Amino acid sequence: MNSIIFTAAARLLVSLLFVFSLFMLLRGHHLPGGGFIGGLIGAVAFIVYSLACGPAEARKALRITPETIAMLGLGLALLAGMFSFFLGDPLFTGQWYWVGGDSYETSAFSLNTVLVFDIGVYLVVLGGILSLTYAFEEET
Amino acid sequence: MSWVLVMPIAVPFATAVVAYLARNYPAGRWISLAGSALSLVASAVLMVAVLNEGVIAAQMSNWDAPFGITLVADYLGAVMVVITAITGLATAIYALGEIPEHVESLGFHALFQVLIAGVTGAFLTGDLFNLYVWFEVMLIASFSLLVLGGGKERLDAGIKYVALNLVSTLIFLSGIGLLYGMTGTLNMADLRDSVAAVENQGLVTVIAMMFMVGFGVKAAVFPLFFWLPASYHTPYFAISAVFAGLLTKVGVYALMRMFTLVFVGDVGFTHEILIWVSALTMFTGVIGAAAQTDFRKILSFHIISQIGYMTLGLALFTPLALMGGVFYLVHHIIVKANLFFVAGLAQQYAGSTDLNRIGGLYKSAPLLAALFIIPAFSLAGFPPLSGFWAKYLIVKAALEIDAWFIAFVALLVGLLTIFSMTKIWGMAFWKPHPDGIDPTPDRAPAGVTRAMIIPIAGLATMTIVIGFFPEPFVQFAQTAAEQLLDPTDYVETVLGVQP
Repeated sequence: MNSIIFTAAARLLVSLLFVFSLFMLLRGHHLPGGGFIGGLIGAVAFIVYSLACGPAEARKALRITPETIAMLGLGLALLAGMFSFFLGDPLFTGQWYWVGGDSYETSAFSLNTVLVFDIGVYLVVLGGILSLTYAFEEET
Repeated sequence: MSWVLVMPIAVPFATAVVAYLARNYPAGRWISLAGSALSLVASAVLMVAVLNEGVIAAQMSNWDAPFGITLVADYLGAVMVVITAITGLATAIYALGEIPEHVESLGFHALFQVLIAGVTGAFLTGDLFNLYVWFEVMLIASFSLLVLGGGKERLDAGIKYVALNLVSTLIFLSGIGLLYGMTGTLNMADLRDSVAAVENQGLVTVIAMMFMVGFGVKAAVFPLFFWLPASYHTPYFAISAVFAGLLTKVGVYALMRMFTLVFVGDVGFTHEILIWVSALTMFTGVIGAAAQTDFRKILSFHIISQIGYMTLGLALFTPLALMGGVFYLVHHIIVKANLFFVAGLAQQYAGSTDLNRIGGLYKSAPLLAALFIIPAFSLAGFPPLSGFWAKYLIVKAALEIDAWFIAFVALLVGLLTIFSMTKIWGMAFWKPHPDGIDPTPDRAPAGVTRAMIIPIAGLATMTIVIGFFPEPFVQFAQTAAEQLLDPTDYVETVLGVQP
């Protein structure tokens, strides 16, 4: 596809979509959003980029192969789930550390395994979708 | 406590991640092998825990049943996990010899470990929707494994496989949706009482039939088995062995679980259908095998015919029959995976799996011949091998309730199985090689054949051990069957009601 309008618009779209995908990821758990939907939007950003500049360029922008991203994500999600082992809880029990308070309403922010798990999901979805679409684009 | 249940699933997943990152290095395959060994340890720990404490359950994420996802292991679940780990380890060793490097770097080991994780998860979950998720994990991994290495034949097989399996999961998913709409729960233990309390029992039977069809495709029973012989003869032998051993058995397990735990309201209707389905499955499978001349296609059709015995154990629905079904399940996984392993080694020696184009293996590879005889005769039900006890229990159960015709079919199918096995024996092992060459073991690299013969010998030994010392295994199967028929323990453990 060689359209100047699309290529010019893609630059804007890609950064917007990507920021929005991170926003969706971070907003998850307490509000609608999360790793899955964030990963999908992030994948759309890269797909738009690959449509504008070609899959080879898009692969370069990603730096590591999408399959590796997906596998790293799986590992990260698993680690987040296994973390509760050290605290004697069953797998995937969310561990929360509230900073400046003791609940969602009172604290400034929190450190938790749920976000780590969500980032893992984000990477799995991003990597999985991209490995599929890149394969299709390169085939034709 | 809960980690005992988690580890058999988590270990293969973690192994998959590490093995994938190391896929371009020789270390990848050793990581996969070590992971499989670790899985076996984890499942052995689970087995010990179940033997000591009976049914054990854990609530993931600390959400109480029936709201969260429950992992639960009773005798049947635990033994299936152990046998999955054994098959996994055997396949990991076999793959050292068979799988070429370029396929390894495509991620063979990672996909294989994910498949094992999916199968294990399906055996351990106590939640119906989670079971669906594990089915999907298995489907994705197995489809990728099936087409690994490429080629027209594999893609053709892969598409048939994935299309028919998607239909089955869709029916299964619709069934889940309807069941949830009626009862408001998907926890299997909770469903037992909720389903019994539903006013419109006719509708429950309809949903039960949807589940039977959905699992029936997975298990490859009579009118739904087309995908199996269309796909199992194409992938690498290590892959088809693990498919043959485990995948259809997940369907059988799911049938056994659902039709003893949840859908027991109208046994006269559902299980009666299952009896005839089983009889037809046994018979069509074995007749289909008689028409084939490819080593793996014959074995594929025999999977179908053997599935019939297992579902028959469930369908007859007596303690003895279920005990036979459980025993059959375990015996069959070992034997069937082993026969596919043997087929792979025979191809290494003789150059093909088409029985018309190979021969002379008896003279040149007597060890392989001996190792073929053990699982082949066990499959056919020769005493004193493991298959004899399995068939004996099923037939005896059929005779006990005066189902003479069913018992007759079961015996006849055993006889016809011998016919197929002697056909392989005669054509692959006894007759001279049609090209006039001597298929000596030297034709294949020693490193390759050594890795391939170890799992074959190991599984054959297990078949013999079960055959000669069936007592502990039969007793185990008996307890498993008792737990299936009276799941009070299961339900109470899951729902946390301590007696």
